[in-house]
Amino acid sequence: MQDRMGKDVLMTLVVAGLLIWLLPQLVSTYTLTVLIIYGMLGFSLGLIWGFGGILCFGQAAFFGLGAYTYAIAAINIGESTLPMIIAILVPAIAALLLGAMMFYGRLTDVYLGVITLVVTLILFKFINSTAGPQYMIGTARLGGFNGIPGFQTLNVPGDPDAYIWGDAYFYVCAVIMVLVYLLVSALLRSSFGRIAVGIRENETRMSLMGYDVAARKTILFAIGAAIAGLAGALFANWGEIVTPGLFSLGQSAEIIIWCIVGGLGTRSGPILGAAGLAYLKFALGQQSLIDNTLITGLILVLFVLFLPKGLVPAISSLWKVSFARRSPSRVHQARRIRNRGRANG
Amino acid sequence: MSLDRRAFLGGTAAMTGAAMLPSFASAAETIKLGSILDTSGIFDAYGKPMDMAMRLAVDEVNASGGLLGKQVEVSGYDTQSDMALYSQYAQQLTRQDRVDVVHGGILSASREAIRQTMRKTKTLYFYNVLYEGGVCDRNIFINGVTPAQQVEALVPYAMKKAGKKVYVLAADYNYGQITARWIQKFVADNGGETVGLDFFPLDVSDFGSTIAKIQTAAPDLVIAPLVGGAHLSFFRQWAAAGMKDRIPLASTTLGVGNEQLVLTPEEGNGIMVAYNYSQQLDTPANAAFKASWLAAFGDNSNIHETAVSTYQGVKTWAKAVEMAGSLDRDSIIDALETGISIEGPGGKVTVDPKTHHAVLDVHLMEFEDQRMKVIETLPQRQPIDTQSVCDLAASPNDNTQYEIQI
Amino acid sequence: MDLSVVILVEMLYAVASLVLISAGLAVVFGMMKVINLAHGEFMMMGGYATITAVNLGVNVFVAMLVVAPITVGLIGLVVERLVIRHLYGRLVDTMLATWGLSLFFIGVATMIFGNTTTGISTPIPGFSIGSYQINGYNFFIIVVAIALVIGMLVILKSTRAGLIARGTMQRSDIAAALGYSPDRIYMATFFCGSALSGLAGAVLAPLVGLVPTSGGAYIAKAFITVIAGGPSLVAGLLSSAGLFGLVNQIFTFAISPVIGEVALLVSAVILLRLLPQGVTGKFFKGKL
Repeated sequence: MQDRMGKDVLMTLVVAGLLIWLLPQLVSTYTLTVLIIYGMLGFSLGLIWGFGGILCFGQAAFFGLGAYTYAIAAINIGESTLPMIIAILVPAIAALLLGAMMFYGRLTDVYLGVITLVVTLILFKFINSTAGPQYMIGTARLGGFNGIPGFQTLNVPGDPDAYIWGDAYFYVCAVIMVLVYLLVSALLRSSFGRIAVGIRENETRMSLMGYDVAARKTILFAIGAAIAGLAGALFANWGEIVTPGLFSLGQSAEIIIWCIVGGLGTRSGPILGAAGLAYLKFALGQQSLIDNTLITGLILVLFVLFLPKGLVPAISSLWKVSFARRSPSRVHQARRIRNRGRANG
Repeated sequence: MSLDRRAFLGGTAAMTGAAMLPSFASAAETIKLGSILDTSGIFDAYGKPMDMAMRLAVDEVNASGGLLGKQVEVSGYDTQSDMALYSQYAQQLTRQDRVDVVHGGILSASREAIRQTMRKTKTLYFYNVLYEGGVCDRNIFINGVTPAQQVEALVPYAMKKAGKKVYVLAADYNYGQITARWIQKFVADNGGETVGLDFFPLDVSDFGSTIAKIQTAAPDLVIAPLVGGAHLSFFRQWAAAGMKDRIPLASTTLGVGNEQLVLTPEEGNGIMVAYNYSQQLDTPANAAFKASWLAAFGDNSNIHETAVSTYQGVKTWAKAVEMAGSLDRDSIIDALETGISIEGPGGKVTVDPKTHHAVLDVHLMEFEDQRMKVIETLPQRQPIDTQSVCDLAASPNDNTQYEIQI
Repeated sequence: MDLSVVILVEMLYAVASLVLISAGLAVVFGMMKVINLAHGEFMMMGGYATITAVNLGVNVFVAMLVVAPITVGLIGLVVERLVIRHLYGRLVDTMLATWGLSLFFIGVATMIFGNTTTGISTPIPGFSIGSYQINGYNFFIIVVAIALVIGMLVILKSTRAGLIARGTMQRSDIAAALGYSPDRIYMATFFCGSALSGLAGAVLAPLVGLVPTSGGAYIAKAFITVIAGGPSLVAGLLSSAGLFGLVNQIFTFAISPVIGEVALLVSAVILLRLLPQGVTGKFFKGKL
């Protein structure tokens, strides 16, 4: 168990290191930065949906909340360290409250979807109607439809004049992404993570076994929101402006599509799905033959119909199949042993 | 839309320009003009004609021998009505394509998303859209009308025609808020009274209760700076309730996206507006412009004010480059700051050196049978709102968008 | 006095339009437990079908009440055969697939019609109540909504098709055992649901400026109304549309349209928290 964990961490570091070294030679770091940020956002939903079974229609709400919190705090404080922390805490607390309300009310699937959707809509409508001068938080105008431009961007902690931008910002985002990935991996490997998967598989069974399902779901939901908020704060730094579009249903839809395409129930799937599709969208902006919405829609429909598990699981099962052809008995045996190891903790 | 050879070449040039590696296009041979517009997504009704106008202006410049003996090449990007893509393509234009000038941006949010990038990379930037005013930045030149320029002309005219009691319905964002303030000011200055003021976010499309409220207030005139497709339903519901012949309407936004073509004559006739451009302007410059648009694209019914502003913006820039005799940003800014003018389809356009905004002709118009009939032309209106807060001659390092206090 | 009549009419209109925009979704959800997130785009296509037909010279009422529902119904039929049919019983997957469809249809409509706002003017003149003028078209929408509800009740209660439909709704396996193919019934249901969406889009088209993304404005409201209504088709639809319409208009008149919308959304959250199975999950149980 310990050994496999070490291998996993090493594997992650090697792959991430290679990507961070190779990719800037192919794509500009500025674009890569946003791909990483979207990857983190996809990852946040992939965690709560793929491993906790919570389908949140409003993950964009936490993303937007993180971005707005950062912008407002940065204007008021003028140094970026504390705003970054607040931008993670505010969405997490919001998710704790919302999650407690939903999960202790025993809301499931569709009803959960409606509530998260409605909350996103409320936030969007509220932010969208704050153009008037009376909407101020501290010295920050909320700005309504036009959003908030011109806030302090990321700086070296303690030194507000040493901005981190350009290539340096890319490496910061990449390192943060790797850290988040490792932390979540550790979380999933812990008993909390395995019980979360148990709840996803059968909620009644887990509650009969004595676990407080509602509390665990609420905490998982808040962790997802915190990651989405972090992604939002990084996005605010990257774009140097926040707009209500961050809260929109379209944004939420995109996150869900990323997860589906990448593959639910895997850690890397949503990240790759997000980065891949966001790059596709960026690349498609240079052609005007076919409407881009049409392509996004078609991709989603085709994936649900033909590849409902997503790319990463499909590819890895393909890998396993070709691997198994050589020595099927050994693989099965290995899997049995692994399962037993898991059951024993 | 039929494609002719010129549009096709323009299009393919832009696509290759975008797709090829940066090293392929050599910097010395051509002058590079970056364009960044929403030509798909919900704002493409504005963006598409602006893109066409930009390409038309560049083609005309190239046909007459280019600038400084070089051809102008367009690097165009479609931002798909997505604000995040503005940041991305702005980086692409300034750091990889290394263009000499950028024209573009539609919404104020999109302008603010790229303005700082342009400033940091010292890339001259032209924003060619009517907007809420107040931007004070030496690196940007703005070509559209600002609220005071329009409202100062529109309000006295509409009040003289309709009466002193005014009800204002405005879009709830920056532009609407500021315009509403200017309307209130000019209504008071002209001895009138604002009896009601309501703001609507851009997605509101049901105005039934508002129409009842307006009737309770019983104004003589309704001024409606409402924006976008959803808000268009106000004008339709207003006519459907039979209010159109009872209380006259005026607007500072209706018609910018050629909305007069969407409203039927029964719904639109008589609505008073004031802009820098109307297709019905009877000037030689406009006739020539419409003819060359027709020759280039086969149909000129989609020309609207922001397209004309874009065309005028490119032409102003071209004149300044010729005058400066180099592509150096500061020499071009110096040339622009001499207060040069061009004769555009919308009338004479002069650069205001103090604010980098434009001194423009404003035309009072009325909707008539899906056209904008020009009633009166007020020549060379100053951007008084921005002038009251911004003086780039005195403080050239200014970099703010002022909220103008009235 | 006049003002209160106007407010009353506006409230009825708000309820009626909620019933209209939710009916198609409610039929599909109630019968098939499928949430059609492309519902808004079906309405959008109904609107475009109407406008295209009117521009071709068809009478506006024929275009709204006949052409649009049939066109959109047929589109729905194709969608059901190609996509939805493969996903029965997988609630979340159908939601995602129909979400994809909604984006797809927005793209198609943009490529055909462009993003420029279009529309037709209302075919009914204004109407005066005392010193107030109100939109005569409001009454038309109220009448259509009432006719729709009565029609649904009559069909479900007193026709054979309605009986089969109710049976399938309660126990599709028993209905299948009795020889009624669920496949055929679902196909017919989806056709009806799509046609209702098309009708709603068509009837509302003269009131709003239509763009390919118009559907987005309806889907959230329809979705909330249907879910909050709960399992009973007609009773659920009426009770939640009535509640939300009322809340919306009270706050709209008292404060502003935005607050009206927000009040609607907040009341939906509270309602679902208190009655997680929707209104008819608790009250009016077993009603239609």
